[in-house]
Amino acid sequence: MRESTLWFWHIIAGAVILVLLGLHMTVMHLDDIIGLYADTTAWETVIARSQQGFFMVTYILLLGAALYHGLYGFRSILFELSLGKGCQKAINWLFLIGGLLLFIYGAYVAIAVYSMKEVVL
Amino acid sequence: MAETAKHYKNRLGLWGWLGGGRYGLERYAYALHRITGMGILLYFVLHIFVTGSRLGGRESWTKWMGGFESGIFEVGEYLVFIAVAYHALNGIRLALTELGLLMGKPTRPLFPYRSAVLKQRPVLILVMVLAAVLIIAGGLDFFLLGAE
Repeated sequence: MRESTLWFWHIIAGAVILVLLGLHMTVMHLDDIIGLYADTTAWETVIARSQQGFFMVTYILLLGAALYHGLYGFRSILFELSLGKGCQKAINWLFLIGGLLLFIYGAYVAIAVYSMKEVVL
Repeated sequence: MAETAKHYKNRLGLWGWLGGGRYGLERYAYALHRITGMGILLYFVLHIFVTGSRLGGRESWTKWMGGFESGIFEVGEYLVFIAVAYHALNGIRLALTELGLLMGKPTRPLFPYRSAVLKQRPVLILVMVLAAVLIIAGGLDFFLLGAE
């Protein structure tokens, strides 16, 4: 893929993260200010969120956007260091496969916990 | 990478992030953007696995969360919050400049010259003030309000 296309998606992913991570940080870390939860990381609260379709879908969206944005950004930093062609190729494959594996694992967790109907709150 | 692109050797390497010239404020914002970006990426990869522990049920989740209750983890988490606040707000500025929105219209280089860098600088200061407000609000939430 052309570098300019990858860069374009890096910015689009940044915009997606801005909205979704903004929401995530507000829910998780400004909760006392907005008076949302008594304890954001308590099992009951976590499961109540994870079993809502909205959170499941946005978790996966955020996961994909953040992995792409982060790994592409880190790749840019590394590529700026005048690496050899072989080294660049290795980084491309490592980041692509590593990113995909992390995405599959994270998406699997989000879907599996969403469908864990036997959980008693 | 396009075959036609010409590449020059990055002589300064990482040192170029901070030193190597008479850099303006934006260069330090750039260095900090990268440092915070790498910090957030490291946290994020670990976060995927830690939050994955909810798959193992209540026991697994509370065991993992219990491990992060000490003060040092809370300070670390707050550092991640600071990094995210900075990276997000500076990122908005970068995306806007990327689209050419904060650089002003192109003009002929007539004396006294007005750099496009200076045209976007008020926005840099504005986003830094907003980041500071978020960081203070986060600090209140992390350490003063509630008993988490």
